Amino acid sequence: MLALLIARLGQAVLVMLAVSAVAFGMFRFVGDPVSALSRENATVEEKQELREALGLERPVLVQYAGFLGRIVQGDFGISYRNQRPVAALIAERLPATLELVLVATVLSLALGIPLGVLCALKPDGIAARLVQAVSLIGISTPTFVTGIVLILTFAVTLGLLPSFGRGETVQIGPWSTGLLTLSGLKALILPSITLALYQLTLIMRLVRSELIDVLSSDYIRFARARGLSTRHIHFTLALRNALMPVITVTGLQIGSLIAFAIVTETVFQWPGMGLLFIQAVSFSDVPVMAAYLLFVGLLFVLINTAVDLLYALVDPRLRVRS
Amino acid sequence: MAASLSRRLRRVPLSVWLAGLLALAIIVAAALAPLIAPFDPTDLTSFNLIDAELPPRFSPDGDPRFLLGTDNQGRDLLSAMLYGARVSILIGGGAVMVAAVVGVGLGLIAGYFGGWVDAAIMRFGDVILSFPTILLALLVAGVARMLFPAASSAEWAPFILVGAIAIHEWVQYARTVRAATMVESARDYVRAVKVIGLPSRQIMLRHILPNVMGPVLVIATINLAAAVLTEATLSFLGVGMPPTYPSLGTLIRIGNEFVFSGVWWIALFPALLLVLLVLGVNIVGDWLRDLFNPKLRGRG
Repeated sequence: MLALLIARLGQAVLVMLAVSAVAFGMFRFVGDPVSALSRENATVEEKQELREALGLERPVLVQYAGFLGRIVQGDFGISYRNQRPVAALIAERLPATLELVLVATVLSLALGIPLGVLCALKPDGIAARLVQAVSLIGISTPTFVTGIVLILTFAVTLGLLPSFGRGETVQIGPWSTGLLTLSGLKALILPSITLALYQLTLIMRLVRSELIDVLSSDYIRFARARGLSTRHIHFTLALRNALMPVITVTGLQIGSLIAFAIVTETVFQWPGMGLLFIQAVSFSDVPVMAAYLLFVGLLFVLINTAVDLLYALVDPRLRVRS
Repeated sequence: MAASLSRRLRRVPLSVWLAGLLALAIIVAAALAPLIAPFDPTDLTSFNLIDAELPPRFSPDGDPRFLLGTDNQGRDLLSAMLYGARVSILIGGGAVMVAAVVGVGLGLIAGYFGGWVDAAIMRFGDVILSFPTILLALLVAGVARMLFPAASSAEWAPFILVGAIAIHEWVQYARTVRAATMVESARDYVRAVKVIGLPSRQIMLRHILPNVMGPVLVIATINLAAAVLTEATLSFLGVGMPPTYPSLGTLIRIGNEFVFSGVWWIALFPALLLVLLVLGVNIVGDWLRDLFNPKLRGRG
């Protein structure tokens, strides 16, 4: 177990080093940090001074080490566009994205599990066929199209719900939440549905295939032979086992949901990290891009490593493989 | 195996036929865009700002010249969509081809040689796969734009997009081909040609490759739909095709700015075409995957 722990953590550190090297490469080689930071008609001497102040004259490896040192201390530099520390910008935008992703995940589980169960228990019923057909349309519809259609219907035509921004937010310490005001909750409805639909199809298909697998296993056959009620077999015995992988996948998906929120946030002008990132891309704001990359990279590595280690803890067979 | 495959091919469900025909119709119409489109949306002299944002012909104040209305610059929307679909399909298809060639090549090498070569290729693939497609693609497209200002021009953007999409997709081909190559490498015919002393390159390309191509075609079909969607998303986010040479995603991006003023057609018609195209390809891809999946065989 200890060997596995060390191996997985080592791998995680390697991946993070690779990601940070890419981020550093963007800083150092993409665009010219000196011209981005100096005033418009700076003299050659001023630029040289800035170059030395930024340490751009030192060897690249020394610069990379310095970069790593600053990151570890939470210093991601100053945004070219806003002239504010990137760490503060990200901290400000983080709650918006996390609330959106959280609500979308809950929504997709609440809808996806029952629909998946329905499809697995009555695979030839009309409802199941309908759900399957709709889910195929679902995976073929890009998120931004879903968002635009929802805006057209509920915001433009019916005028029921707001189509952009977070509404009123309440500040609790460093965290700004939209979950406590009516306008905040209303603003959350359309974006979270849009993001949830992307996740819903995946969860539904997974629940369906897992449940079908479990229902054909021996212990279910024995339970039937024992004469236990169908209800008890389906919902207590089978569903519990079918849901294990669903929970894992949902956890693993949180990272990609945060990344995927970029699209939803753009459609709904949701002031989260994704919108910050896409604005940074269009304004060539390298420090923000690099910091976002590092943040998402770290999140992915943390989630993947945690899941791997938990699996090894739960399932002894996996420990031998290392 | 071959007999059962042809028997299954004969029982193609109606929905798959329809989906295939739909996708084919869109692809053919897009390919023939210069011949069948009423206007040339890339020809600046063919449209006029006076015609901007005209509603479709069938609505009360539609203009008979423009079946689906016009966009914000007065371009005929139908023509822009046909040309746009062409751009989307070319970029999606290009990305699939690049990803397939790179992925199949690296998968063959990894599976045939094994050892540290295999480990290096596959670990690299693992790292790539641990990031979502859209994030990697955005990063590649964004960095390319900063490095070469020309990257956002109509000439270069397609190549950047192909690269940005393929960088994630090749791993799937590599994984599949690697596994199949390992199985084939242990077979007698491969051992025999090794004994004869044929060079590795020839063994891989002439003898192993034809036997591992089946699943590659299935992945390519499913990936085509995904690649078209990724391209549309990138263009929608503003790092894809420029408005002067729009893909379907760019048209939807333009349309999105007018949704609030009640001008719904600029966003909705291209979106509908995109969804129909992807849906058609997805249904065919799903069916192909089931056809090649031995687990589902015999379940009918």
